[in-house]
Formats: sequence, C-alpha cells, structure tokens
Amino acid sequence: MSIFDLTIAAAAKKLAAKDLSAVELTTAYNKAVAALNPRLNAYITATPDLALEQAKAADARIAAGTATALTGIPIAMKDLFCTAGVRTTAASRILEPFIPPYESTVSAKLRDAGAVVLGKANLDEFAMGSSNITSAYGPVENPWKRNGSDAKLVPGGSSGGSAAAVAARIALAATGTDTGGSIRQPAAFTGLAGIKPTYGRCSRYGIVAFASSLDQAGPMARNVEDCAILLNAMAGFDDKDSTSAPREVPNFTAALSRGVKGLKIGIPAEYRLEGTNPDILALWDKGIAWLREQGAEIIDISLPHTKYGLPVYYIVAPAEASSNLARYDGVRFGLRVEGEDLIDMYERTRAAGFGSEVKRRIMIGTYVLSHGYYDAYYLKAQKVRNLILKDFTDAFTKVDAILTPTAPSAAFGLGEKMDDPVTMYLNDVFTVPASLAGVPAMSVPAGLSADGLPLGLQVIGKHFDEETVFAVSAAIENAAGFSALPEVRAK
Amino acid sequence: MAYMLEGRTGAWEVVVGLEIHAQIISESKLFSGASATYGGAPNAHVSFVDAGFPGMLPVINKECVAQAVRTGLGLKAEINLFSRFDRKNYFYADLPNGYQISQFAHPIVGTGQVEIELQDGTLKQIGITRLHLEQDAGKSMHDQHASKSVIDLNRAGVALMEIVSEPDIRSPEEAGAYLRKIRQIVRYLATCDGNMEEGSMRADVNVSVRKPGEPFRTRCEIKNVNSVRFVMHAVEAEALRQIDVWESGGEVVQETRLYDPSRGETRSMRSKEDAHDYRYFPEPDLLPLILEQDWVDQLKASLPELPDEKRERFCRDYNIPFYDAGVLVAEQATADFYETVAKGRDGKLAANWITGDFFAAMNRTGKSIDNPPASAAAMGELLDLIADKTINGRIAKDVFEAMVETGKMPAAIVEEKGLRQVTDTGAIDEAVAKVLAANQDKVAEYKAGKEKLFGFFVGQVMKAMAGKGNPAIVNEAVKKQLG
Repeated sequence: MSIFDLTIAAAAKKLAAKDLSAVELTTAYNKAVAALNPRLNAYITATPDLALEQAKAADARIAAGTATALTGIPIAMKDLFCTAGVRTTAASRILEPFIPPYESTVSAKLRDAGAVVLGKANLDEFAMGSSNITSAYGPVENPWKRNGSDAKLVPGGSSGGSAAAVAARIALAATGTDTGGSIRQPAAFTGLAGIKPTYGRCSRYGIVAFASSLDQAGPMARNVEDCAILLNAMAGFDDKDSTSAPREVPNFTAALSRGVKGLKIGIPAEYRLEGTNPDILALWDKGIAWLREQGAEIIDISLPHTKYGLPVYYIVAPAEASSNLARYDGVRFGLRVEGEDLIDMYERTRAAGFGSEVKRRIMIGTYVLSHGYYDAYYLKAQKVRNLILKDFTDAFTKVDAILTPTAPSAAFGLGEKMDDPVTMYLNDVFTVPASLAGVPAMSVPAGLSADGLPLGLQVIGKHFDEETVFAVSAAIENAAGFSALPEVRAK
Repeated sequence: MAYMLEGRTGAWEVVVGLEIHAQIISESKLFSGASATYGGAPNAHVSFVDAGFPGMLPVINKECVAQAVRTGLGLKAEINLFSRFDRKNYFYADLPNGYQISQFAHPIVGTGQVEIELQDGTLKQIGITRLHLEQDAGKSMHDQHASKSVIDLNRAGVALMEIVSEPDIRSPEEAGAYLRKIRQIVRYLATCDGNMEEGSMRADVNVSVRKPGEPFRTRCEIKNVNSVRFVMHAVEAEALRQIDVWESGGEVVQETRLYDPSRGETRSMRSKEDAHDYRYFPEPDLLPLILEQDWVDQLKASLPELPDEKRERFCRDYNIPFYDAGVLVAEQATADFYETVAKGRDGKLAANWITGDFFAAMNRTGKSIDNPPASAAAMGELLDLIADKTINGRIAKDVFEAMVETGKMPAAIVEEKGLRQVTDTGAIDEAVAKVLAANQDKVAEYKAGKEKLFGFFVGQVMKAMAGKGNPAIVNEAVKKQLG
C-alpha cells in the first residue's frame, strides 16, 4: 500500500502510532506536487518549504500529545482563501502581486488544527466558472481520462485545482468554496466527495468574495469521512462574519454510522432533465435502490421552481459580484496600470486585470442592478429565490433528505462547451437550487460513466442538518463501493 | 409675514428641504474596530475592512446603532425595529469598496418632527422624513503632489446619520433655524458634536421656487454646505437664480450644485443626465438589523432632557420668560450653568445676570461657557450677597467686574474692598442732610413742584456713600428730610 492511498483518518492513525511522521508524509506529497503539478497545473503557488515547517511543528505536537485529527495532514488551499504572507490570487491577474497580511478564518482554523498546507490551488478566476478554464494561471487538467482516450478533460470548477490535486493525490484533501456548485461539480468530475455546508456554517471572513449571499467554504476529499473530519475543523461561528451562524458545530463523523433506516428520501421529479447523460439517470436509480435496500423510504417530491434556478442564479450572483469586484480598482492593492487620470487608470487596470468571464459577469451584474432594470431582473430574481427556498422548506416537511445527480454530464474535454457561455452555465443546473436556498448538499462518487469517468450523486439536507447529509452520503458510498482511480496520480 | 422673493412677475415662494449628514460620536467606526476619532496622522485609523481589502467583511457597531436610535427618539420619530443596509455603488478613489454601505429602502428611523423658533418668536413644525445610518468615505487631496492625488482613509467607514427633512422650510431663516435646532438636539443627546468646521455636520440643501399656491417645481440639490450661514446664503442665492431662470422663459433642470461662499453663488456640479446610477441593492454581507422594543425603551428612558422640555421646565420652575429660557437652553452647558446658579435662588435674577453681564463678559473676554469668566459657584454667591442685602444691585455690578478681572470669589471682594451695603440709618441721614445742605437751590425748586429732582438727590446721596447705601433706606431718608 502506497503512502498516497491513505485517507485522512488512516494517516492520522499512523501518525498517532508513530508509524509515519508528518515530515515523511509532507515530503512525499511535496515531491508528488513537484512531479505532477507542471502537468496538471492544480496549484497556482506551491509552498513546499512552509509545508515542511508546518509538518515539523505537527510532529512536535503529535509528540506532545496535543494533536487533532488533522495534525500533520497535507492539504491544498483553494487560492480564494487569504493566507497571511502567502500570495493569494483568486486566479486573477488583478491580484497577481497580492500577499495578504491576514488569514481567512477557515484557513486559520485548519492551521490551528495542525493541517499542513502544500500550496494554493488553482480555480476559475474569482471562482467564476465550471471548468477551471477561466483561471489567469492556465487551465487545470483532470487526472481522469476517458477509456482509450488521451484527450485532456476539465476537472470542473470553480474548485478545479483542489479537485485535481486531491484526485491525483498531490494533496490528501483540499478546501473548496461553493457558490453555485463549485465544490460539488468538480468533486463529481474527479471522483471525490465534497460538501457545501449550510450557508452560515463556515465563516466567509478572508475568503475573496464572489457572491456574498451564496459563497460557502467546504471540504473536498477522497471519501465522506474525510470530509466530515475537515468540516468539523472548518465550521463554526465567527464574529467577523455577520452571516455566520451562532450555532454549535455537531460531531459530523459521529453521524456517518447512523445509517438511513427509517429516513425519508425525496426524489424530485424536476431533476429528471432532458439531455442528461443516461448513465447519470441510471446511476441515480441505483442510488435510490441502494437507499431503499438500507431501509430508507423513497418519496417522490416536487421542487416546482427548479427550472428557474439557473436564471435566478445568473442574476443574483453576477449582481453581487459586480459590486464585490468594484474594490479591484488599482488604488490600494493588486495590479495597477497607470493612466491619464483616475477614470483612465480604473479602466486600464480593470481591462488588464480581469479575464473575459469575469468581465462578462460584471457587465451582467451591473445591468441587472441598473435603474429601470432592477425591478425586472434583480428584484424578480430575489422573489423567485424565495420561492425556490420555499420549495425546499416545503419538501423538508415530508422528507429528511433529497437525492439527485450532481451534474448533468461527466467531465468534458478542455475546449468543449466553449462556444456559448450558457451551455457552460448549464453544468450548474442541479447544484444551483441548493445554493440559492442555502441548504447543505454533498456530492458522493457513486459510479463510472460508460467511458470510464466518475459520476456523483448529490444529497441535499435541511438547513444546518449536515449530519443527515453525511449519514445518507456514507450509506451511498458504502453501497457504491467506488474504488476506481484516475490515470494520472502519485503512486 | 411669509418670506417671499419679488421677481419681475411677482412674488415667489421658496421651498427647501435639508439632508443633514451628522457624524456619530463613537469610539470606533460603523463596521470596523478602527478608531473613529477626528485627526490623527493620515491613514492611521484604517483597518483592512475600511480599506476594502479582499475577503474583509463589515460587522455592525452596536453603539452606532444606539446613537442613531437616541437621535431618532430626540427627533420624536418612529423607530423602525426592522431596518436593512444597502450598497450604494459608485467608483471613487476615496471609496475603497466601490460602494457605500447605507440604508436606502428601510431606514432605522422613520418620520418625526422638530419645532423651530423664528426671530419674531413664531414657532413652526418641520417634518422629518427619515434618518438612516451610513458610512462616510475617505478624503481625497489633490494639492499635495504635482501629478497625483493622495487619499486619507481615516474618515472612511466612520458612522454618519443622514437626517432628511420634509420640504417644509420656506425661507433662509427657517433653514438656518432648522439646522441649528438639529445641531442643538444632537449635541444634547451627545450623538454628534455638531462641529461644522471639522465637517462632522454638513448639509445638502434642496431648493425650489414656486408661485404661491402652485405645486412644487423642479428642485436643485446644493451639496455639502458646511455652516449655518452658508446654508442661509445658499438658499437665497439659489432661489434667486431659479427665479431668474423661470422669469427669463427658461426651465430649471434638476441637478446637483455647489455653493461658492466667496462669490455667494451656486454653480452646476453635475446634471441629472450625468447623475450616478447607484445600483442600490441589499448588502449581502449584513443581516437585517432587528431591534428589540425593550432595548429601544431602555434607550428612551436614559435620554437626557431635551432643549424643548428643558425650556418649558425653566419657564415653569424658575418663572422666567419663554424667550430668556430659549437663550439659556441653546447650549446644554449654558443651561447647566444657569441651573447651578438658579437652583434655590431667584431664578429670574439669575437669568438676568447670566444673559446680561455674564454673557457680555464672556464675549468681551473671548471665553466660553466651558471656561467661563466667572464660575457658577461665584455667580451663585454673588446672587446670595444681593439676596441677603450685603450688597445692592449697583455694587454687585462692580463686584462682578472684579470677579471677572481677578477670579476671586464675590464675598472676598466685598470684604476686601469694603463694599458692604450701608443700612445704618444714622449714617444715611447724615449723608442726606449734607447733600440737601449743599444743594439749597435745588431743594427750593423741588419744593416749588419740580418733583423730578427727587432722583437727583438720591443719586447724590449714593454717590456720597460710594454706592454702598441701601437704596430703599436712602429713598426713605431723602423723602423724610425733604418733608
């Protein structure tokens, strides 16, 4: 068994037993990053020296008996989390020279738990995208290949670097952020588990904002248990984020073994979309069968406003983004391109600093908030968002969790779906409604497509009921027995 | 008489509404822990939140909310238990986030009312439309460098209250009286220092004109006027400009204007066409602001006495005229000073002394009520010396001047200078006899019917006694000896 086969839980046991040191584990991962990252481009900035220092500190902590479940575990940090002293780019040129003097709450919690950060993972620019092709630092290659093909595939996005790094085993786990599916869709595309917790479960302090009312941090890992371990460390109230919830964080790992006996699982009719890959529909049916076999009651439900999810999302998210990104003006930090006057400096800086997808969303967002359009777009979208939330709260009076596919297709090729942004946006069709409603949702690897690519199922739970999401996800994971590995990986 | 401006086509009525920006007195800024105090080296009071760094989030400062609620209560306004913050989006170098966090659709304070008093004693109610919380921007300076502007973010994020009036104001005088009244109220409440020179209070003035009885015509907004006097001037200058436009067959266009005090005129800043589209939308980084009625009630119970109530109480408790009470409560410190002096003494006499000799001495010496020409204790003692007839009113004036000059207490001055009033009838009779003997001719005239001379004799006696004679006894003695 290779060192790279260890999950967090397994590695933690070996570290505790002194069968393995944090320095050995980190050194192995540092080497794997050096070997594979030039090809995969999963990291924008690798920090092997810092990682080694943290590993040494972790070993000292293990020796002192003050270790946590994450002490000495090497992870990738999505480059949207501000890390003190380490460049944070949000995959944008405009932040290329930006070294934050402060640490995000989530990354600080992970560091406090003793996790070792191998580097800053690539992503779509400002987390805007579903394929990681909008990064100013180049696309990420999915370590998975279609059967008999060498074509490069996307890892999904926006947390594509995190996903590729964990799948290719150049990180043991990773942080992601999810605004409309940015943890769940790349997890599905790379055979990983990933959870977007309830909005408010993790602090957004220090995370470069995309759409404030939707952004949530969450873990991506090899399995459901590792996600639970990570989320326990990441979650919790933070007085620096007014939208973080003042609630106790339950023990998520304890929920994994609850089973699904007696749980009511909703199957929403509206997610049976035309154009969905038949392999995915078949896998969904399998998932239903697995849960039924384990004693869950399957209930057909309706989430009638599902079809409005994408249009609402592509109004609300760009609207907030257009405002959130106004601060990148060349005045105080990041890129500045000098100009004739203030306005000229703004225009040159932002023209040079933002990529085309970011510019597109800023323009859409500016438009929908403009005088005369606000009521027709933004206000209407907010009303429909409330209806979507009501869909879920109504459904959750009848069921404990909802099962759906994570994405309508498996990973697609680099360069595919590029002709029309709307086609690209369709990737988020199954993930966006849960984001709009703020409910927790997890993608679990559950099978392979006919051409050998991983597919995920999504488990959606009630607000702040991640425990049930973990329990159902663990049940699917057990039944699926997903064990396939990507072609490109550290061995 | 209603204020009207005469144009070529007849009388015009002026319609004014004010938006007052009042900086809240608080330790720290509205959404960050950085110091909100005035001054300091440039950019010394700036947190990463204020500077709009990536990933930084606003957290509401409860004390600023309390200050806004206190002010709302002071304006007799409705407190909205639900309010919400919005983003007002525009680009400027001293606006770090590219948006100002304000309250657009749901302000924390709703409609209220203040009473203003005009020169002729008329009282008038001015409606308050709303009060909302918002953050201030930083400061751009364009004269510090040959080719660059420099930015100071010390003020960025400091809490402001924007107090919006109804268009109830009808003259420059009313505009001035309203602004002074708001300043008085916030100073009493200690929610804003009202210091217009330092910019902690400034007004946007909306002005339009109309023929009496007409509906409102188009208004112009004069931005950032920073003194009561300038507000009054700006109203008049802008009204005259608009009258001229209308009477020349033109049309007033809605626009933002600036008042130039050196030229006494307003000029266009930007027209409606170039007006910003602020793209307001609910601030997603903050939850709606929900207040508990209990908390509001506690704030209400702990409010200080406000100027209107204090004025009425002064009239009632100290039996002084409404006008005098108004003068005394204009500043909280003056009211407190007066009350220290008046308590347990003749309130009317105290009011006369403070609004008379005391204010005159304050102006003459360039002192203030916080550093007064004579202390409240000294003024009280002076009144006591008058009350117990140790000195008479005339001598009291001399004693007061000595107090101002030397800072000594009045009793000490009276002793030192031997100014104690003479009530000894023997001494007085003697002085009267001397005066009458020296003025035989006048005595004869008096007896022939020129009774006006009575005052002359009294004056001469007082003079002979160096002013120390008890006026009543002197009167009596003169009357008796004249037969």
